[in-house]
Amino acid sequence: MWNKRRDEEPPKPYKPLAPQGASPVAASAPLPVAPSPVEVKKEMTPVSSTPVAKFDADIRGHAANIGKSVKVVGQIFTKEDLFVDGTVEGTVEALEHKLTIGPHGIIGPHGTMEASIKAREVVALGTIKGNVEAYERLEIRKDAKLEGEIRTARIIIEDGAYFKGSIDIIKPEPVKAAPKQPAAAAAAAAPAAAPSPAAAPAVATDFRR
Amino acid sequence: MLFPGPLKNVMRGSRGGPSGPNGSGQPVPPRTAENQKGVSTRVSRGLEEFFTHIHGQSGLTLLDLGGASQQNVSFITDLGHRFSSEDFLQVIGETSGADSAADQANPGRIEYFLRKTLDYPEHHFDGVLIWDVLEYLAPALLTAVVERLHRIVRPGSYMLAFFHADDKLETVPYYAFRIQDMKTLHVSEYGAHRPAQLFNNRSLEKLFASSESVKFFLTRDRLREVVIKA
Repeated sequence: MWNKRRDEEPPKPYKPLAPQGASPVAASAPLPVAPSPVEVKKEMTPVSSTPVAKFDADIRGHAANIGKSVKVVGQIFTKEDLFVDGTVEGTVEALEHKLTIGPHGIIGPHGTMEASIKAREVVALGTIKGNVEAYERLEIRKDAKLEGEIRTARIIIEDGAYFKGSIDIIKPEPVKAAPKQPAAAAAAAAPAAAPSPAAAPAVATDFRR
Repeated sequence: MLFPGPLKNVMRGSRGGPSGPNGSGQPVPPRTAENQKGVSTRVSRGLEEFFTHIHGQSGLTLLDLGGASQQNVSFITDLGHRFSSEDFLQVIGETSGADSAADQANPGRIEYFLRKTLDYPEHHFDGVLIWDVLEYLAPALLTAVVERLHRIVRPGSYMLAFFHADDKLETVPYYAFRIQDMKTLHVSEYGAHRPAQLFNNRSLEKLFASSESVKFFLTRDRLREVVIKA
């Protein structure tokens, strides 16, 4: 019965793509299937030389990504989830979002400038040397290293993690968004609020939108 | 410059600094589930005594020298206290190796160790959970650490320390102490090491001579629990 069906439907012969310049409409062969958006996205992903760990997809999610060969000196403000697998010397603020420090990620000081993190949720798999404020929760995964003062509503520490510092448990509070200023007022205030050139970091990367 | 035999470490780290990834002694096993050799539950009179003294208070700053664990952090912060953590074992491993008594006598390494672990202002803490980490320390480093502990705790506050009561032990496990409640501990074992020194009641009294009082609890499993009032 199975053989009979196979006989009735012989395998389709392979048909190469129409030569360049030929009209796709004129080609008798069915149109080649366009690559799905997902496949395109994979090719466009920043290249990493190490194989992506199985759990990476869960960790990274749809977050913005700082790859492991990237180093940022200065301040990062983000209004979306952020995955840091590179080095950040300075501060990271993701007040309403989740910040993940990947296995290769390092958040640390730069010269006399201390490192700090402020985020709704922080997941550490790498190294943090600075103070952390996680308004909802902080996870320190196995093999992560964290040195600094922590203020968070909830903390999770896996066995095997290294932590040196203090922990203050705070009551979770809704994060207040920065008040919207009129454009003119904001522009007038900007020069006054700007740090002096001597105090400014060598390279400041601002992800503000 | 390298010397053979007992002098091999004489020049190393005389100005402090880490001795290498694992120190010169046996590497300290990470306290992960894979390395865990056994778990037991013990009723601890010492722990009960420690928490009795701070009962009813909140907002205290307590220091845990055994490294941070979920249970200890949750228990102490749930009581309304601030939790501070230092991982003595990890730093000993980085500084001189857990089994290297020679390195621990080096003044540069003692200074480095104190800077890495107990660099706090005077009277900063209201209590210290020392656990068994003092057994990892050779005499010179131990004296410096106890002196520093007395300086950073508030006078009249309490410290809890564990010591093996059998002074003929060759090796003892690395322990991780997890607080379950006011008087119960989960004790996990990870590998084994040779203690830097073992103590009897007399030597402990001498060690904590500058304290206001020292209270001993001898348990059936030959672990001496000591509550020290600074």
